[in-house]
Amino acid sequence: MRYLGKKLFTLIITLFLVSVAAFLAFQIVPGDVVGSIVGEDASPEREQQVAEELGFMENGKKLSPAVRYTRWMKGVLQGDFGVSYRYSKSMNEQMPVKELIGDKLPVTLWLAVISMVFIILVSIPLGVVWARCNNKYLDAVLGVITQTAMAVPSFFLGIILTFVFGILLKAFVPGGYVSYKENFGGFIGYLVFPALAVAIPKIAMTARFLRNSMLTEMKSDYVRTAYSKGCSKRRVMYGHVLRNAMMPVVTFLGMIIAEIVAGSIVIEQVFGLPGVGRLLISSINTRDFPVVEILILYITFVVIFVYFLVDILYRIIDPRISEK
Amino acid sequence: MKKKSNGKWNQYLIAGLIMTGLAVLLGIIGFFWTPYSTTAMSATEKFMAPSWKHWFGTDNFGRDIFSRVMKGMGTTIVIAAFVVLFSGIIGILLGAVTGYFGGILDEIVMRITDAVNGFPSILLALVMISLLGKGRQNVILALGIVFVPSYVRIVRGEFIRLRDADYISRARLMGVGKLRILFVHILPNIFSVFWVSVMIGFNNAILAESGMSYLGIGVQPPDASLGKMLSDAQSYLQTAPWYALAPGLTIVWIVLGFSLFSEGIRRRT
Repeated sequence: MRYLGKKLFTLIITLFLVSVAAFLAFQIVPGDVVGSIVGEDASPEREQQVAEELGFMENGKKLSPAVRYTRWMKGVLQGDFGVSYRYSKSMNEQMPVKELIGDKLPVTLWLAVISMVFIILVSIPLGVVWARCNNKYLDAVLGVITQTAMAVPSFFLGIILTFVFGILLKAFVPGGYVSYKENFGGFIGYLVFPALAVAIPKIAMTARFLRNSMLTEMKSDYVRTAYSKGCSKRRVMYGHVLRNAMMPVVTFLGMIIAEIVAGSIVIEQVFGLPGVGRLLISSINTRDFPVVEILILYITFVVIFVYFLVDILYRIIDPRISEK
Repeated sequence: MKKKSNGKWNQYLIAGLIMTGLAVLLGIIGFFWTPYSTTAMSATEKFMAPSWKHWFGTDNFGRDIFSRVMKGMGTTIVIAAFVVLFSGIIGILLGAVTGYFGGILDEIVMRITDAVNGFPSILLALVMISLLGKGRQNVILALGIVFVPSYVRIVRGEFIRLRDADYISRARLMGVGKLRILFVHILPNIFSVFWVSVMIGFNNAILAESGMSYLGIGVQPPDASLGKMLSDAQSYLQTAPWYALAPGLTIVWIVLGFSLFSEGIRRRT
């Protein structure tokens, strides 16, 4: 429990530091934001109005970055994410970031979750079969396949999948998408191939990792002991070896979660999915910093939170750690 | 340092050397000469399938894809090399100082390293690009900074391991200066470990650079780049699938070749 509290504390500190860094970094970027919104020949009143709406000024006075950060953070904690630099809602009002992000979050999250499910479901059995196989040729074939899969960038894999399954086999409509609000099954269906593109290189990595981990464990003393006291091969494999070999794999899976989230962002672009990744890219391109700040903070939050969960899970699998 | 064992060629090393060698060679030649101009457009030669005349076919403007791949390959490899050079040198400096001296600087650097390591590298590079602006130099700078922590960690670990070794304490007793101990006595002994992470770093740099260029925030036209070619080709997937295959398979070729090469080196020792 004490450990949990300590971890929670570091989690909050990290988030705080990231938020400060994300906010300040975009404050020092040169460029006249207000001028680019109102145009060159706008009246000073209009300029001041926009500056106040964006939080740069108050009652005609410029605010310091520290004050702006505090207000921004206060807003974020209350669910007010500020307004966009680039999109306007009406003539005199900027678009709230919250409305821009809208229902894009679930797309990216589901994509990451389905990818993770694929990785776990495929790589673990594959790794076990590979570690157990005594066939020289199967071993070599799996080695070549995984080595190649690890070298394919996920966006190229996405393009190949689009070509083979979208254009040749017509299993899905390239660039098509159904909102999860309309048809959840169809929504998941459209995410399957993008998730595969994210998952395949990671499946290869994880399977190799698990196989090596199992081969190392199989040479340990406790395996010999288990055999000599009469355990069946099956029991030794699944009760002893796999359980111990899974430990580093869980850490590894936790470590690649950040990459899966990043992979989802790139893959959204390939399949034309309306997730936060596309919003992030277009916001970077148009230098719409309020949106970028919020998205960075959000993704950091997800990644750190997942690390936190993995850490707890690790303690459950391996009770020895908490005794230390 | 361990003497190089001669004659230990394995199939990984041979395959890797051939693949990497070919890619580097074509990339270098591409800087000076390509079979066709990479910019000349031809309305009559649009979307030609691969043939003896155009090995990889032609694109939507009738440009020769093989020539463009050669150019893009060069750009990608050079950028990756600079990224590795940049992050490697800074990684060595920071890792050496923090590992050997420890203390408060070590503490600060390690906390930052931990934070950056847990963060998706391409995302961090995106943030850097949005701060720095696009273009070749900024891609190198952004990826270079993003990859520094991975080297710091490894170099630091090795320096910690070696700083209390007997030969180092003797050198210290003899009055050898700190700088000389760091870079003449310890540094050469960590290269076998460092080399492995350089190889991984090179491949990651290739993948990250092409990913960024694919997203349109990396190398900007008129600089050729494999990632940008892929994103252009995606719109013509139905009419000209070879357009996407050429740059895509080239990336796979480079990364696979290099990882076979490093696997071969690893098995040799």
